[in-house]
Parts: sequence; structure tokens; C-alpha cells
Amino acid sequence: MRRMRTPSALAGLSLVLLTLVFAVIGPWLWGEEAVRFDPLHTLEGHSSAHLLGTDDGGRDLLARTLAATRQSVWLALLATLITTAVGVPLGALPSVLGPRAARFTAGLIDSLVAFPVLLLAMFAALLAGAGARGAVVGIGAAAVPGLARLTRTLADTVATSDYVAAARVLGAGRAAVLVRHVLPNIAEPLILTVTANLGYALLGLATLSLLGLGVQPPDYDWGRLLHDTLPRVYVDPEVVAGPALAVAIAGTGFALLGESLARASARAPSAPRGEPRTVLPPGCGPLPAAPDAVLEARDLTVSFGGVTPVRGVSFSVAPGELVGIVGESGSGKSLTALAVGGLLPHPGTASGHVLLGGRPLEEVPRRELGTRLAMVFQDPMAALNPALRVGSQLAEVATTHLGASRREAWRRAADRLGRVRLPDPEAQARRYPHEFSGGMRQRAVIAMGLMGEPELIVADEPTTALDVTVQKRVLELLAEVNETTGAAGLLISHDLAVVSRHCGRVLVMYAGRIVEELPSSELRRARHPYTRALVASSPDLKTDRSLPLATIPGRQPAPAEVPDGCAFAPRCARALERCRTDRPEPTAGLACWNPEDA
Amino acid sequence: MFLLRRAFRFVLSLVLVVLASFAMLHLIPGDPVRAALGPTAPREAVEQRRAELGLDRPWPEQLRTYLEKAATGDFGESFLSRQPAGQVIGDRFPATLQLVVVTMVLALLVAVPLGMAMAARTHGGRGRRSELAFTSVTGGLSVIPEFLLAVAMIALFGVVLRWLPVAGKDGAASFVMPVLALAAGPTALLARLVRMETLRELSSDYVRLARAKRLPAVRLYLVHLLPNALTATLTTGGLLLTSLLGGSVVVEYVFQWPGLGGTTVEAIAGKDYALAQAAVAVYGAVSLTVVFLVDVALGLLDPRSRPRMLG
Repeated sequence: MRRMRTPSALAGLSLVLLTLVFAVIGPWLWGEEAVRFDPLHTLEGHSSAHLLGTDDGGRDLLARTLAATRQSVWLALLATLITTAVGVPLGALPSVLGPRAARFTAGLIDSLVAFPVLLLAMFAALLAGAGARGAVVGIGAAAVPGLARLTRTLADTVATSDYVAAARVLGAGRAAVLVRHVLPNIAEPLILTVTANLGYALLGLATLSLLGLGVQPPDYDWGRLLHDTLPRVYVDPEVVAGPALAVAIAGTGFALLGESLARASARAPSAPRGEPRTVLPPGCGPLPAAPDAVLEARDLTVSFGGVTPVRGVSFSVAPGELVGIVGESGSGKSLTALAVGGLLPHPGTASGHVLLGGRPLEEVPRRELGTRLAMVFQDPMAALNPALRVGSQLAEVATTHLGASRREAWRRAADRLGRVRLPDPEAQARRYPHEFSGGMRQRAVIAMGLMGEPELIVADEPTTALDVTVQKRVLELLAEVNETTGAAGLLISHDLAVVSRHCGRVLVMYAGRIVEELPSSELRRARHPYTRALVASSPDLKTDRSLPLATIPGRQPAPAEVPDGCAFAPRCARALERCRTDRPEPTAGLACWNPEDA
Repeated sequence: MFLLRRAFRFVLSLVLVVLASFAMLHLIPGDPVRAALGPTAPREAVEQRRAELGLDRPWPEQLRTYLEKAATGDFGESFLSRQPAGQVIGDRFPATLQLVVVTMVLALLVAVPLGMAMAARTHGGRGRRSELAFTSVTGGLSVIPEFLLAVAMIALFGVVLRWLPVAGKDGAASFVMPVLALAAGPTALLARLVRMETLRELSSDYVRLARAKRLPAVRLYLVHLLPNALTATLTTGGLLLTSLLGGSVVVEYVFQWPGLGGTTVEAIAGKDYALAQAAVAVYGAVSLTVVFLVDVALGLLDPRSRPRMLG
């Protein structure tokens, strides 16, 4: 019941309770006074005897408003019953019918949804005859398409899930699947929506009665009271206050309650967020930077609230050098890349030092960051803006940072697309990302990095989302760019084979720390047990396929549960007592108390 | 090609609406002429009226005449006033159209920048108080019906403060209250949608890459985010614009706006079926036109739904 604590759900609930109480006691307490004629006091405004005035029969408007609660709620309930009884089966129908009939029903629902609810209600009421019955049928019927569509959407989600597929394979018929699997799983959001519908029905009925198309005298509901008092609003505005407030309270109460609960139940359980920022104290004070390094990270720590996924990482990248970072997912390698680019998502904060070309990251002007630092992300399908031409996404780098004219920038863009080996680059520049294949898009992203004068290219899993053959070509392109432009590269990957083939040096990350740093050529002679295990578990052509592939037992600790000692100790065959209590500091590129022999 | 396909669907739906308006008269239980003239009307008068309206002929023939006449804008004459229904609608419709168009434009002009600004302010879990204020206000506004806002505004600005005219259509000041009453709900819902869609786009890779390029905020939001957020918003929120039409009937009634809404209400209450039929056709056509325009706008905004470029 945690989600009841949202303010709108609480407000809705109190309004609904208030309404229900008055629906029960209203007619008992004020029913008689509400119909008592008083020919001497007709059409009066506010007085001490009649707080909200009287109507044309001298009847007290406050009493009439309170007594009308039951009628108004009751009619709304009837209308909602009609909506539910027709809408839910209609929406569930497509999942029981064959594909063609399903498409037809779905199309029918969709086209009806386009028609305004109130107008549907008015015309349905016209067919059923003006009056309470017509209004209830009209309002009830008009909400059917909306509820049917929601039911269908919800049912579709469940119907395509794995367990329903499993039930189908086991021979369950469509109807059985609907009753056993689909309906129980969509019941909760449906019930909440029906609650909200009750509110909309109440408002809709009030609207129809206000227009004179709903409840007819001598019966009265809130809408009818509004209809009768509305012409007097110019003289005694207080006479409309009663029914107007009552409609507002009841209608918005049900709608708020249903909507806010439905929203809360639809939201997937989200990760804790928005905890107060904790900025860690900077590590060991400003250090003299290696003057020639393109990138230098010193004691880089990334924290999100109380969680610290990257812990005191230090490394440097020399000009023209290709450095790889490997590790399992969750080891902090991607966050390290984002921190280097100054792109940590909120509420992440970085502490320690990141120096680009010898200057602290925050002191490098935007223009230089935009032209000297290039980033390539994992999913090329998502990395280009679908609404803009590829060429303009490249050209904007030049127009924004280099002061180039539009024409000049486009010429440069076409040139760079040619440099990443896209055929007919002028034509490609005018196309949209969806007309590109995955490999082409990743080339375009690399070309984007070449628009300036890149000194460092940070590539975060640049090939993970691509086909194997395309992977190879994109990696070769990165290596070639590195060779021809002299730009240094930081290549982040979970794939040790990829990194070792192209990078001179490899950093191995585990649970937010660098555990070993070594030349790629030395990987087979790695000394950290984790690196050894990684090497053993990554297959290459020489691997004997008849033997089972080595795996590392256990799993990497989550950032919040990293132990005091060596984080790898629980999974390590060589772990000593000391490994569990004292954390090994990296010395000569290795953080291990009991390394393997070289 | 894209436009042609949409246009074809649009015309097809229009025909369906006209058919539905024809069928309406025949779905009414009992005799519509008897219902219109009242139980005391003499039998001969009812028979005569039926013959005049052609209701005594077989229905395929009636349908043909109806369609032929509808194509020329002739919807027969009002049962009550005996004025041509087409003329009544021609007189009243422009005021409704003005009201609805002004409201739609206002709703979009307010909701899109507001939603995007709130997204920029609240993404990644920052600005929790702004978020709460925004969701509470828009949540409240989106469920309060037009007529309550209208009545409250009349009482406050019209009667107590006497700032604005309380009824009728007479100059710019008379637009203020009807437009605000009609726009509040859809604007609140649209702004919520825009914020949600912008938040979704903000966490996408292309925005991260645009940030990596260190683009200025204006370019990031207007050039990169706006088309995508707007596409997503209109896809799910386009129907909000048609829902304005229903609200316009109530707002017109409360403000005695000289539009089609009041006429429709009278026609339904007075069982003036010819006029009601025409109103169904007109409102249906307007809804479909709005849906069509939203579709076209989506096509222009989203290159993926356009045909492949050559070359």
C-alpha cells in the first residue's frame, strides 16, 4: 500500500470517502427538506435560513445538493457497469478470435476512440431518448471504446509474454488462455481504470443533465440542479456553488484515485533515486600530471547517492596510444568512460582528477571538448537522432564549434563520411539514420568524432550491438583512425579478445577497481587470478572445443555490497585469509596479495 | 504516397460517418416523426410529414437520396424550424471552429514548452518539488470538467470582478473565458505527455552523444529533442485535440456562444432529428479532419514514416 501515499491518491481517497458517506446519509437527512415547497421564498439568494439560496419552488438548494448525492453516484455506477460489461469483453475479444477477426475488432475500437466521448454520449442519449435512462446508456456506451482499447493493450502485453506462449505450446485453447492467464493478470489495472471511469461517468452525467439532456424533473441530480441554477449565476453566483462543488468533489475524487493508483501500478518498480548527493573528499590532492598524457585519471571515483560503482581508478593514456578497459558488466568500466567525458547522468558525481591534455576536465572549454574529445557509444541504432539527416548531425559540430558556414560544414561532413569508407558520402549525408545499417551508423558516429581534431576517442562497447563480421570492420576502422590521425583511444569492452587484438595496453576492472594493468602481449602471463580466469574463459581459434569452456564461479558483487578486502576474494581459488580483510593496493600494475607466478 | 494513403483513409472514414448519421435515424426505437411531432399530433399530419421526408420509401432508396443530397451539403430541413439544416450549420459552425482552433493552438503553445521545460528541470530525479507541483496541478486540471471551470470563472471574473463579458461572442475579450475553460484540461494532459516523452528522449543515446558534442542547450532542445518529443506526444496525444470538440459543446452552452454546440443540444432535446443528423456528420467530419491533420504533421516530423529518399 506504499503507493497510496502519493498526494493525489490520498486526496482522491478522501474525496471519494466523503462522497460515499453523503450518498448514504444524504437522502435520509435532507431528503424531505429538499422537496419541501415554500411559495413565499422562491428564487432567493444567500440568507441565514437558506445558505445557498432557494430554487423556483422555494426549495433549499443546499439540502437538494446533499440529497442529490445518492442519485448522482447511483447513475454513475450504472453507467460504469454498462461500460465495463461491454468494454472489457470487447477489448478481450481480439485475443480469443482468429487473426483476421481480431484485426477487424481492433480497427473498429481504434476508429471509435477517435470520436469525442461527450458527443458519442449525446448521440447515444438521442437514440435512447432524453432522460436519465438515455443519459446513463449514452455515458456508459461512450466510454466503451476507451476501456476496450485499454483492455486490448493490456491483454496484448500479457498474451505475448513467455508464460502464455508456454501455455499455448502445452495446448491450451485461446479461451482458456484468456480466462486462466490474461484476465487475472490485467485485473488490477482494469479495476483501477474502472474506478477512474466512475469519476468520468459522474462528470459526464452531470454534463448531460446540465445541457438538459439528462435527468428530467421532478427527479434531480447535481447536473440538473446546475441546469436550473445556471441562468441565475449572473445575479446570485452562490446558487450554483452547491451542485458545482459537489460535482467537483465527487468527480475529481474518483478520477484522481483511479488514475493515480493506475499510474502507480503501471510503473515498474524503479531503482532508488534522488538520494542526497554525497561528494567524496578528493583523494590525494592535486598531483603533478604527466605532461604528455592525453588523458590522465587520478583516483577517479564515481558515486550515485550512497552507492559507489567506481572506486579510486587511476590510469593514463599517452598520445596515439590505444588502451583497453575490460571487465564484466557492472564492473564500472562504462561509468569510467562517461566520467572521462564529463557526461555522468544525474545524480552521479565524480571526484578525484580527470586531466585532458594536462588540464582538469572542468577547466577545458566546451569548444575544445566538442572538437578534441570524441565519444562512440554501444548502440548505433540509438546513437543517431532519428529525426535529423545524418549530414546535419555531423555538420553541427563544425558550425557550433569551428565557426564554419553551413555549406562548409556539410562539405566537411561528406568528407569525413568518405574517410570512414561510406560509399557516395554526399548522398549518404542527406539520408536519415533509419536508412543506414547498424555498421554504417557506427561509422557515421566515428565520422562525427572526426569532425574536429580529436586527440582522444572514447569508445564504449562500440561493436557489442553489431554482427560479428561488421564488428571486425568497425574495429579496424577505429585502429586505422588511431593510426592516421594520431588520436589516442580508450576502448571499453567486455570482450577480452577484441581488446587484446587492437590495444597495446589493457586495464582489467573488477567491482569498480582496476585490478591489473598490463600490455596485451602479456595477457597469457597475467598475474591476477581474475585476469587469468578472464583469459581462460574467452575462447579463440586455438581453444580446444572438445573441452568445456572455463567459467568463473560466483558473481561480481554489486556496487553497494563490495566487501572490505579484495572484491574478488570470494570467487578466487588462491584467496588467503588476508584477502578477505585487507584490500590490496595496486603496485606495479597489480592489486593482489597472492598473484599467480609470471 | 504517404499523403495519398492517409487521404484515402480519411475519405473512407468520412463516408462511414455519413453512413452512420443516416443509420442513426433508423436506429431510433419507434417512429421518429411521431416522436418529433408529439403524441397528440393527428395521424394524417404524421403521415404527411413522413412522406415529405421520404421516410415512407424503401431504405436503399432513402440512402441513395441521402447520400446524393449530403454530397451537396443538403441535409434536409429542420423538423422544427423548417430551415434547411445545412444553412443552420453554415450559420453556426464558424463560431465553433474559431473557438476550437484558438483553443487547440493555445493548448499546443503552452503545453509543449511547459512540458519540455519541466522535463529539463526534473530529469534524472532532480527538482523533486517542481515535479510534485507540476504533477499535482496538471493532475487536478486534467480531471476538472470544462463546465465547472467555466461556471467558476463566470462567477469570479464576470460577476464579482466584472473584468470580462459573461456570455456571447463579441470581440477578443469574449474569447478569454471560453478558451481558458476549454483549454485547461487538454493543456494539462498534453503538458504531462510532453514531459514524459521528453524525459524518455533525454535518457536516449543520441542525446548523450549530442551532449558529448557539447552542443549548446538551445540546439540540443530545439533541434534534437523537439521533433522527437513532439512526434511521440502527438502519436499518443493527438486524440486529446478531438476531445476538445466534446468540451466545446458544453462551453458553448454555458457561455451562450453562438456556435454549433447549442444548436446541437437543442436539436437533441427537441428531437429535431434532421438537424441532429447533420450535426453528427459535421462533428464527425471535424474529428476526422483533426486526426488526419495530426497524421500528416506526424509524417512531416518523423522521417521514418516518409518514403525512402532516392540515391
